[in-house]
Amino acid sequence: MRRLVLLTVIAPVLVFSQTKGDTGGNAANGKKFFTSYGCWQCHGYEGQGGAAGPRIAPRPISLAALTTYVRHPTGQMPPFTSKVVPDSDLVDIHAYLRSVREPPAVKNIPLLNQ
Amino acid sequence: MRLKKTSVGRRNFLKGAAAGAAAIVAKPAVTRAQQQAEARRAPVPGAASKEAESGAVSVDVQTCDHPGADYMVDVLKSLGFEYIFSNPGSSFRGLHESVVNYGGNKAPEFITCCHEESATAMAHGYGKVEGKPASVFAHGTVGLQHAAMAIYNAYCDRAPVYVIVGNSLDATQRRPGVEWDHSVQDAAAMVRDYVKWDDTPLSLTHFGESAVRAYKIAMTPPTMPVLVVADGDLQEAEMPDRAKLRVPKLTLAAPPQGDSAAVAETARLLVAAENPVIVADRAARTPAGMKLLVELAESLQAPVIDQGGRMNFPTRHPLNHTDRARALVANADVILGLELTDFWGTVNIYRDQQERTSRRGTKAGAKLISITSGDLYLKSNYQDFQRYPEVDLAIAADAEATLPSLIEAVKRLITADRKRALQDRGAKLATARAEALERARTEASYAWDASPITTARLSAEVWAQIKDKDWSLVSQPNFASNWPLRLWNFDKHYQFIGGSGGAGEGYGSPAAAGAALANRKHGRLSVAIQNDGDLMYSNGVLWTLAHHKIPILSVMHNNRAYHQEVMHLQRMANRHQRGITTAATGTTITDPNIDYAMLARSMGVHGEGPVTDPKDLGPAIRRALDAVGHGQPALVDVVTQPR
Repeated sequence: MRRLVLLTVIAPVLVFSQTKGDTGGNAANGKKFFTSYGCWQCHGYEGQGGAAGPRIAPRPISLAALTTYVRHPTGQMPPFTSKVVPDSDLVDIHAYLRSVREPPAVKNIPLLNQ
Repeated sequence: MRLKKTSVGRRNFLKGAAAGAAAIVAKPAVTRAQQQAEARRAPVPGAASKEAESGAVSVDVQTCDHPGADYMVDVLKSLGFEYIFSNPGSSFRGLHESVVNYGGNKAPEFITCCHEESATAMAHGYGKVEGKPASVFAHGTVGLQHAAMAIYNAYCDRAPVYVIVGNSLDATQRRPGVEWDHSVQDAAAMVRDYVKWDDTPLSLTHFGESAVRAYKIAMTPPTMPVLVVADGDLQEAEMPDRAKLRVPKLTLAAPPQGDSAAVAETARLLVAAENPVIVADRAARTPAGMKLLVELAESLQAPVIDQGGRMNFPTRHPLNHTDRARALVANADVILGLELTDFWGTVNIYRDQQERTSRRGTKAGAKLISITSGDLYLKSNYQDFQRYPEVDLAIAADAEATLPSLIEAVKRLITADRKRALQDRGAKLATARAEALERARTEASYAWDASPITTARLSAEVWAQIKDKDWSLVSQPNFASNWPLRLWNFDKHYQFIGGSGGAGEGYGSPAAAGAALANRKHGRLSVAIQNDGDLMYSNGVLWTLAHHKIPILSVMHNNRAYHQEVMHLQRMANRHQRGITTAATGTTITDPNIDYAMLARSMGVHGEGPVTDPKDLGPAIRRALDAVGHGQPALVDVVTQPR
């Protein structure tokens, strides 16, 4: 429990505001990279977040902010340096995160209104 | 004693066997068929055996009407044990037989387990629901070594578990061969670092006193496992004089309360604080503890962070602010920690990067107050006590036992003006709590229809079908992102049993089974969210569930991995800037995927799944609950997102 609380609490709360101009990248490739590089491990396959990492999709932070953060994370996240993840792959990952669909509104999910 | 009086003896046995063989040889000629039939017949008793049966000569004693184990059972019955969780072993065969035939296999009843680790974890789970220990019988050496991990979990969890270990101390009485492998000079030595007390009684009177003493020690906060050795000869030999044996009276010790001056100072600080925070981990030992914590929080209108070691605080209470833990700690001027495992970790922020760093997570001048029985008992070797917390006031006492005097002191100090200020604070906290619940629901909606299924969806689907029943969550949902604790309405002490303590895998499924057994007589619906990696340590418990007809709904959080280790391996690869796509190596449970529903069915448990489409989950849970309603255990295998 303790370890989990630590991860939950310390994980940085990212601001989910997409910067205009973030339009490039290949979402299909990005989805593959998201899986192969292990992003899903903490953030979930659709970037929905959980105890190990915050939600990062839909509406991700800007590509520039994402790139800065994954290169030099300030919280618990391990660094993804350019040596192992080139910038071009991050562009595709960002495209994937942008492509994740919005969930249904909570009021329309009966199971979340009980 | 067993051998010297009851054995026919090797020399006499050989003489008898030779005589029998000679008699067969001396018979007149017979047909081949007759010869074959003769060969199949039981051997003719030897001379020594004939003498023994006729009583013509002095004979060895081969029976016993009142074995010492009967007295041991009297003692166990006097302590109120309902169950003995055990995998059978010859070092306690005398005790086992006495439980069944002398004790009638009732209070205590022998629960057959497939592994001593599972047996001990079942006792651990049982104890947390029932508020008293169950007993574990473990075979000397090998059984205790199997049980060791689960004993360590219970120790770290400050949970009472009562272990009895069979052993044959007198080397001259051991059977040749395996019994020597299963005997040990000092049986408790291998677990002494993580039991609170142990003894090796040398007489039945000694056993009685030590057994009762062990129970008392286990139940005195900080509660912990204890161990008593039941020597094989003591179990099996005739009681010397039953009339002289008596069962000692058990008087539980009143738990230690905090020093009155320290309690008064704590009350003063809390009432004067602008932003006090109460943090509870293993605070509510009993249902009364939970009510007392609510009373303290409401008196102060102070937020509570429930770290989940026990069911401390109702999840939907307006003052439950567990979701906002870090922010509250950062803003607090007084932090009261109740039975915290890790006060240092509560008030510091630690980073697991190449250079490990930490910084204070509180503002300057914040006062830290600790009430914990952990200050009364600490051992050296195993490091579960965590980093040294630099608190301002340390009260070495049981938190639950101290709460009444603290509440009284707090109420005395609250003036009318102060009460109005506290009510204003409470109103703001209530609003923040409602917003936090809405935030949790919104977060749960993301990836709602995803496959693998999210742990939030899983939790919501289960909740929909149990919320109107008398339910009890008998697992720790931390690997499911704690969604049940965020979405469900927990308001009874038995609805949550905390975690393993030592984070040793293999606790989850047997602890859930033990807790479910405790819940059975109360008619409660036991529900577990079962991790796949954990189940593979201890899947024999499925058979125990079916065999003993223990109803439980076990919903698998099957992420097909030891996922914590996936993340650790990823962290190492990233840190070393190589092979960041290899984190699955050695950490996943795939190829082949395990069919848990089939595994369950193979052991007599109702099995559903694997469920991969979220639309199929509700109906699968419904079918499983139908089986549980008929007194059966049921498992629903759900293929899930990692956390």
